[in-house]
Amino acid sequence: MAKRPLSPHLQIWKWGPHMLVSILHRVTGSGMALVGLSVLLWWLGALAGGPDHYDTFAGFITSPIGYVVLVGLSWAYFNHVLSGLRHFVLDVGAGYELEGNKRWATALPVLGVLLTATFWALMLFR
Amino acid sequence: MGNGTSIGKVRGLGSAHHGAHHWLLQRFTAVGNLVLTSWLVGSLLLLGDLDYASASAYFAQPLPATAMALLLISVFWHARLGLQIVIEDYVHTPGNKLALIILLNLATVGGAAFGLFSVVRLALGGAA
Repeated sequence: MAKRPLSPHLQIWKWGPHMLVSILHRVTGSGMALVGLSVLLWWLGALAGGPDHYDTFAGFITSPIGYVVLVGLSWAYFNHVLSGLRHFVLDVGAGYELEGNKRWATALPVLGVLLTATFWALMLFR
Repeated sequence: MGNGTSIGKVRGLGSAHHGAHHWLLQRFTAVGNLVLTSWLVGSLLLLGDLDYASASAYFAQPLPATAMALLLISVFWHARLGLQIVIEDYVHTPGNKLALIILLNLATVGGAAFGLFSVVRLALGGAA
């Protein structure tokens, strides 16, 4: 058979970093919309409700489960921002060269974790 | 398909011609989110102790209150557009799809309204 590129196939494919970035963008976006916006509204509502309501909110959000939620949300935020910026680049038709595309798709999830760690380091050890 | 005229059989089955508008709004609100959530992350870092006194005093000021109000509009709008795409991608039963999109609209408009009300109350000093 002649050596020529084969068309993309519905069943024969393997995972690549760009697929991970794509699905993480959707997962983190949906997660922030459902969980993150709930926490944001609870925070603002508790602030508007007065000190007693705020104590209830603060009690939950500073519990171990609360911190897991917050760390998860902050990671989702930084990851989504980075993959969102990647979308802007792709939107203008840039960044489709195989090597560069793969390099950025590999780097972004790592960068997202680093930004999350930096945020919490600043938050907790100022 | 029904027994209608040729045009009647295909009407409403093609593109709704709203795709480009949706796509653009997703980008416009994304830019808004980028600016406004950067402000929020910076504020969280600068506020330090997020206790009741400092946090409520912060949002009682005009600029933070305005920024938070704009953030709520931009973020809830962006979330509505994004979750709509997710629903349309994964829910293929027409009735369920419509019901979920109606629910999404109610939840996002209602959520944004509650957030805006809370900010207004903080900004105008209604809280105890």
